[in-house]
Amino acid sequence: MMDVEILSRLQFAGTIMFHYLFPPLSIGLGLQLFLCELASYRTRDPAWEAAARFWTRVFAVNFAMGVSTGIVMEFEFGTNWAAYSRFVGDVFGSALAAEGIFAFFLESGFLAVLVFGWDRVGPTMHLFSTLMVSLGSIFSAVWIVVANSWQQTPAGYHIVWHDVQGESMPRAEVTDFWAMVFNPSSVDRLTHTLIGAFVLGAFFAASVCAYYLLKGRHEEFARRCLSIALPTSLLFTILAAATGHDSAQKLVETQPAKLAAMEAHFETTDQPTGLYLFGWPDAEDETVHFGVQIPYLLSLMVHNDPMEPVLAMDQIPADERPPVWLPFQTFHLMVGLGTMMIGVAGLACWFWFRDSLSQRRWLLWTIVFMPVAAMTANQAGWVTAEVGRQPWIVYPSVQDGVEMMGLKTADGLSESVTAEQVLSSIILFGIIYSMLFAVWVFVLNHKIQHGPESVEALLEHKRTTRADSMSEQFERSGKSHGGDFLEEDSQ
Amino acid sequence: MSYETVTFVWFVLLGVLLCGYAILDGFDLGVGILHPFLAKTDQERRLVMNSIGPLWDGNEVWLVTFGGALFAAFPVAYATVFSSFYLAFYLLLTCLIGRAVSLEFRSKVHSPTWRRLWDFGFFLSSTSAAMLLGVAGGNVMQGMELGPKYHYEGSLLSQLGWYPLMIGMLTVSLFALHGAIYLYLKTEHELQSRVRSAITPLFYVFAGMYSLATLATWWHVPHATENIANYPLLWIVPILNALAVLNIPRAMHLGKPAYAFFSSAMVILALASLFSVAIYPNFMLSTIDPAYSITLDNARSSEGTLNIMLIIAGLGMPCVLSYTLVIYWIFRGKVRIDTNSY
Repeated sequence: MMDVEILSRLQFAGTIMFHYLFPPLSIGLGLQLFLCELASYRTRDPAWEAAARFWTRVFAVNFAMGVSTGIVMEFEFGTNWAAYSRFVGDVFGSALAAEGIFAFFLESGFLAVLVFGWDRVGPTMHLFSTLMVSLGSIFSAVWIVVANSWQQTPAGYHIVWHDVQGESMPRAEVTDFWAMVFNPSSVDRLTHTLIGAFVLGAFFAASVCAYYLLKGRHEEFARRCLSIALPTSLLFTILAAATGHDSAQKLVETQPAKLAAMEAHFETTDQPTGLYLFGWPDAEDETVHFGVQIPYLLSLMVHNDPMEPVLAMDQIPADERPPVWLPFQTFHLMVGLGTMMIGVAGLACWFWFRDSLSQRRWLLWTIVFMPVAAMTANQAGWVTAEVGRQPWIVYPSVQDGVEMMGLKTADGLSESVTAEQVLSSIILFGIIYSMLFAVWVFVLNHKIQHGPESVEALLEHKRTTRADSMSEQFERSGKSHGGDFLEEDSQ
Repeated sequence: MSYETVTFVWFVLLGVLLCGYAILDGFDLGVGILHPFLAKTDQERRLVMNSIGPLWDGNEVWLVTFGGALFAAFPVAYATVFSSFYLAFYLLLTCLIGRAVSLEFRSKVHSPTWRRLWDFGFFLSSTSAAMLLGVAGGNVMQGMELGPKYHYEGSLLSQLGWYPLMIGMLTVSLFALHGAIYLYLKTEHELQSRVRSAITPLFYVFAGMYSLATLATWWHVPHATENIANYPLLWIVPILNALAVLNIPRAMHLGKPAYAFFSSAMVILALASLFSVAIYPNFMLSTIDPAYSITLDNARSSEGTLNIMLIIAGLGMPCVLSYTLVIYWIFRGKVRIDTNSY
């Protein structure tokens, strides 16, 4: 039987990675959807409206999955990590509550108008609702990344010891709310996370369009939406590289152990440090097998100086070193995929500009599979960030020259929960999530295969709903004999 | 504001969030409970589901925000309550997920088997969610096996006593009644008359459960009435509660279903207030030793955090209430099926 710690970590990793399939796609697609609606609003072209209606349906399917798997995360802090929750509740809880009040209500409320309100509200209100849903999902990311960043680079707090039935127990308490919110890594990590989501959304939209072009279906729709998806994918892949670089540079001060693990940098020397392109790190022998290294590059990337050495794993106490293999591989996977995505987005834009994209079937097929690459990169980045933080759940930090205690992952568990309980919840959720995933893929595929409505169908639909609501108005005002006028209108 | 006052304010605010959740998600859970019994054809089933279509998601956010606010304002209570109800809460999560996907996916594919499957999922998850919420409430009400240092020593089995189960049934019957009145407001024609004829028996079931649960609480949970005995002014809560219950059939008889819906909302409000009055000043009463209980004092956050949170709530809640109203206004009137419906 495995112990509670391993099981709880597995459970958290599994449920959050599953959850993290959906919010980035919601955030990213939200932007594509908003741009479509904006185009529809500005041009009053029904073809844009048909496109926006199609993306709304895709968005809604994904959004429902994000919301329902997200509640699990909120419960899990309390159910599995009670000791952690008591330690950080004062800090972490307020960010989580802010997420509920500022983000969830906004997105869930206006989602109703977005999905169900097409024929009930005017175009301005609908555009506004799309913007609110988009902003809501972004606010949600803001608060959750702030909370997570605080665990990585805590700030604006102090430790207070409370007497609990004769025993002293430590707790982190907020001293400066804004310092907590804008802790040293919040802004960098937030921009990188959001841009990762925008990349995914742009590639997802591009993928569906590329598929239609390959199959010769809905080509007019596909071209229309590619004109938004391709430029945004190029813009955001480049920005992702820039913000990723910023985030990594900060690590040298805030989390040197994570940086050393990401680069499998075991031994500190006074020589300039190289950067591995790939390899197979072995933490026991403190070597990297099959490693290919570019000299000077890590020093240059981290310090903006090719000669200055980078701190290695041997400077970290043995019991505070994170695992190396996983952060190394996931980090390199993310960077590799990111580079590839810049290339694909660049090529696609180039051929689009030259008006010859639809003849390059190999490139269209590559674009079809790009969402998988973007999704993998998002997940890999998250794994790097979280595994690289181990063995700490809350990183120790220095506040005003005073060393503050952190909290080890092993000390954050719920004391009253047994391994059997965690295992049964893993099995239960393993089954549920597998089924959910299958259903999600099935329904998403169903929507994509069905495709957008034709412009004629949309215009016909608008005519009939207008006629309906008119006859309703006549009924309400007691004039039920408006037939002649209505017939004229619908002909 | 003193530390004591702001602590109490947060206890009240959590009560407000809990009431908001119970009143709003109450009717959509109730709609799920009644779904297989009232809707006969596929068209009717879609109508019933779409009556809550634009609203259920926002209603559930009240629960999520309640969880977040409890985490922030009383982290010790959040940690202990959630880890004590480990398996029960995982079952609740399963239900909430099941409900979301049943609603979302049912109408996506035109196959009778597919739809029957999600119909059943919608009913089962709604009923179980209501039951589990009630059982959790019942356990908190009667006290739990809480050992030293916030360490829960019971199990899922010890949470399934007769009293929590009874409160669970009370919750199911209350939400079913509340949902039926809501459906009456949202439907027309034959479906509506079927809903109408279900309200009376549902009312009797609820009224029966309500009387039983009141007697059982009096007898089984002596500490529940202490606060009322000490502060006679609080008698107003059970009295209003009883009046609201009796007002439901009266309003239906008068042909004022909106008034009846308001009354059932007031019943939920009063029951949730009674619950808060009964447990105060504890979040979780230890049945092992009262010294181990989790109280407002030992569970709260620091004064700074409570104050910041008050600012957050002060900025956020007016916005939340205003767009909740806007959205209920946009989707007012009888439910209709159109191309955007489930």
